[in-house]
Amino acid sequence: MTAGNLIIAAILMTALSGIPALFLRNRTLGQNLATAILVLGSLIGLAGAITTLGSGRTEIYGIAWSLPFGPCEIGVDPLGAIFLLVVFAISGCCAVYATGYWPAADNPATVHRITFFFGLLTAAMALLVTARNGVLFLMAWEVMALSCYFLLSTEDEKADVREAATLYLITTHLGTLSLFAMFSLLQGAAGSFLFPPAGSLNAATPLATGIFVTALLGFGLKAGLMPLHIWLPSAHANAPSHISAFMSGVLIKMGIYGLVRSLSLFHNIPLWWGITVLVIGIISGVAGVAFAIGQHDLKRLLAYHSIENIGIIAMGIGVALIGQAVGNTILILLGMAGALLHVLNHATFKALLFLAAGAVIHATGTREIDLMGGLARRMPYTAAFFLVGAVAICGLPPLNGFVSEFLIYVGLFSGILGEGGTAVAFLALSAPALALIGGLAVACFIKVYGVAFLGVPRAEEAAHGHEAVRVMLAPMALLATICMGIGIFPRMMAGPLAGAVHSWQPAVGMTGPALTAAAPLGWITIMGLVQICLAGGVAAHFIGRLKAEPVSAGVTWGCGYLRPTPRMQYTASSFAELLVKTFAGILHPHVTSPAMKEPLPGPARFASHVPETMLEHVFMPVLRLANDRLAQLRRLQHGQLHLYILYTFVTLVVLLIWAY
Amino acid sequence: MSSFADQLLVLVMLINFAVLGSSRIALAIRAVAAQGVVLGLLPWLIHPFSWHLLAIMVGIILAKGLLIPWLLTGAVRKAEIRRETEPFVGYVTTLIIGALLTAFAFVFAEKLPLAPAHQGLLFVPASVATVLTGFLVLTTRRKAITQVIGYLVLENGIFIFGLLLTEAMPVMVEAGALLDLLVGIFVMGIIINHISREFSSIDTSRLTTLKE
Repeated sequence: MTAGNLIIAAILMTALSGIPALFLRNRTLGQNLATAILVLGSLIGLAGAITTLGSGRTEIYGIAWSLPFGPCEIGVDPLGAIFLLVVFAISGCCAVYATGYWPAADNPATVHRITFFFGLLTAAMALLVTARNGVLFLMAWEVMALSCYFLLSTEDEKADVREAATLYLITTHLGTLSLFAMFSLLQGAAGSFLFPPAGSLNAATPLATGIFVTALLGFGLKAGLMPLHIWLPSAHANAPSHISAFMSGVLIKMGIYGLVRSLSLFHNIPLWWGITVLVIGIISGVAGVAFAIGQHDLKRLLAYHSIENIGIIAMGIGVALIGQAVGNTILILLGMAGALLHVLNHATFKALLFLAAGAVIHATGTREIDLMGGLARRMPYTAAFFLVGAVAICGLPPLNGFVSEFLIYVGLFSGILGEGGTAVAFLALSAPALALIGGLAVACFIKVYGVAFLGVPRAEEAAHGHEAVRVMLAPMALLATICMGIGIFPRMMAGPLAGAVHSWQPAVGMTGPALTAAAPLGWITIMGLVQICLAGGVAAHFIGRLKAEPVSAGVTWGCGYLRPTPRMQYTASSFAELLVKTFAGILHPHVTSPAMKEPLPGPARFASHVPETMLEHVFMPVLRLANDRLAQLRRLQHGQLHLYILYTFVTLVVLLIWAY
Repeated sequence: MSSFADQLLVLVMLINFAVLGSSRIALAIRAVAAQGVVLGLLPWLIHPFSWHLLAIMVGIILAKGLLIPWLLTGAVRKAEIRRETEPFVGYVTTLIIGALLTAFAFVFAEKLPLAPAHQGLLFVPASVATVLTGFLVLTTRRKAITQVIGYLVLENGIFIFGLLLTEAMPVMVEAGALLDLLVGIFVMGIIINHISREFSSIDTSRLTTLKE
């Protein structure tokens, strides 16, 4: 079996996995069968992806189809294999998790639907990554977008869910519209819908600029780059948690894949492409994490962190593009390797965080962080896994988030040292921006972990929370292991990453040592191990002291108040208040605070909330204006069937006369 | 032989006018049925005989001449309507527009870059004229049932063009087209029933209440 055959088998298996469940009357059997087929398919797909990454070979297959869009090919190369790895790994984990989180016994009305579309979504993504023809790519893209819509609207009896799903559907189709334009332009440039070989198109033409802009719009909408992210927070928050994990971990990465793949077709890339992507990355990263700090909804908060991490990935791509413009291969290697590794890393730790958040929501029945508290006692494993994910997403060693951000940092610094001219100014701006993103992420996750898992319960539900079942914990454990594995032994990723960068840009040599020479990955291992030993030593010391000395239990000192209550703890809003105020210029928080004038004020309420500012202050006013101004046009849509047919009739006659 | 085919095509175009000018729905249905039968005979005149061709002809005559008219007559009887009482555009006016469109079809067909073998034939103008007539019926008539008749005329026009294009039509293509039509008629029949139950009339202009 070659890698390509494995991938094709995996695509077919995952696509068909949900079909038996549609017809089986025994829903539990259906769900288990679907999960088994999907996991098996994912394993086969993983084997294919890993084989490709190991060998570094590209395999191209022709498909005999009768559609009038030229020849059709699908192909597996190391660049695609990185994304296939993400698709199959996260899909398998989420499917297993779903059997505990969305069991058939509790959800007989929706379970067959959700398992069917989940398999279809996985297959569509894998097909998307292997498609080498623009039309096939768009077909897979649409299947992906629509099956995701049906997954997202699983709980469509809730108004919030319907609203989020509609917003998603509108934005995804706007993105598709842009991609239609992009692939038409690409067909014009390449002469066929077949993707041209990497680096074969000249980027210094107006047509190439058109392709770049439409690709950035279309793929940026899917990836959630600011300011095109408006669909993302509500969609991630309102989907079932394993779907949120899959969307955040994999779906938005398909936007990144499309961008990377379309950029790979060009050579002679102008400098402003790289600077544009880099600046958009910085904006998404900083604004994403700033919005995240202001959220009280656990899943919405994680969703904004997705935007932040997409920003970091875009920064890596920007560095690689700048490297290509100035002819610096080290920049290309480090930037692209960092971006691709961050794709993989973000998929693992964000899926881990969403799955853990799902377990918490399952246990407490709420997404409000301010109603949780003290969960680490009742859900120790979930809390530990969430902590692993939180440390990873903050980019702290010894976990995987650090490695990819480190590669981008090294890329930025080597660019600042090695280059002159315009690029340096932007690269020099990026390093502190990346540091700011990391710092704010730490603050945000201290808030989440501290408020949700530490302290004492703030509400009844949190007090009665229970640990998640084993099928939910096992995928989390696997993802946490991957996070730690990549974090401590990043060298094992050097070869695959270098291969992927080579297939992105053939000018870069396909050797692992080049990457390890450019970035000291070996030192990361040593430092990580030292760090773990130190932390273990300190922990052992304190545990020893706890055992040796007498321990008394009491409440935390409450500044002298005699009857401390759980409501006196720091809340999510109060913890974040300082930072939210600092960023008030972009966040526009809604604050309702009581006016306390008398010396002894009566009962009062305080509430603060950070809305989706871009949607409320930019897009909605513009759309409302368009709605008012275009009212005249709406007369065309009057409901008169005859006149609709008349439109067609008149068009036909006019065309006939015109041809005449 | 082709001169006889031309005469049949003239008949087809005359039937177009019968559909346009009649207010009685039963007459319009019969006219379309006759048009279908004439069209069913045409392949025999322009292609050499084969069993495959015979099967197609029999199929077309059965479907267009018997089955569909029978279904439509049933729908008319159920909905209890005999006449298209108040069309959007009067009968005389539609007849004049129809005549103008037929003339236009002839002028247009002259200009088409056709294969030399098809140059002098009436197929293309008859086809375009019939399609345009179908559209005219669709836009000017109010009742759902006359709309169905409009679609039938439209399809007949497309069929004439199809005769020209394919030397020997594959059975599958022809069967597919017929099946499409039949399903279309069924759907329309169901819609007619629903419209008449919902609005207690089958006036399609009432459908505006369904718009957003």
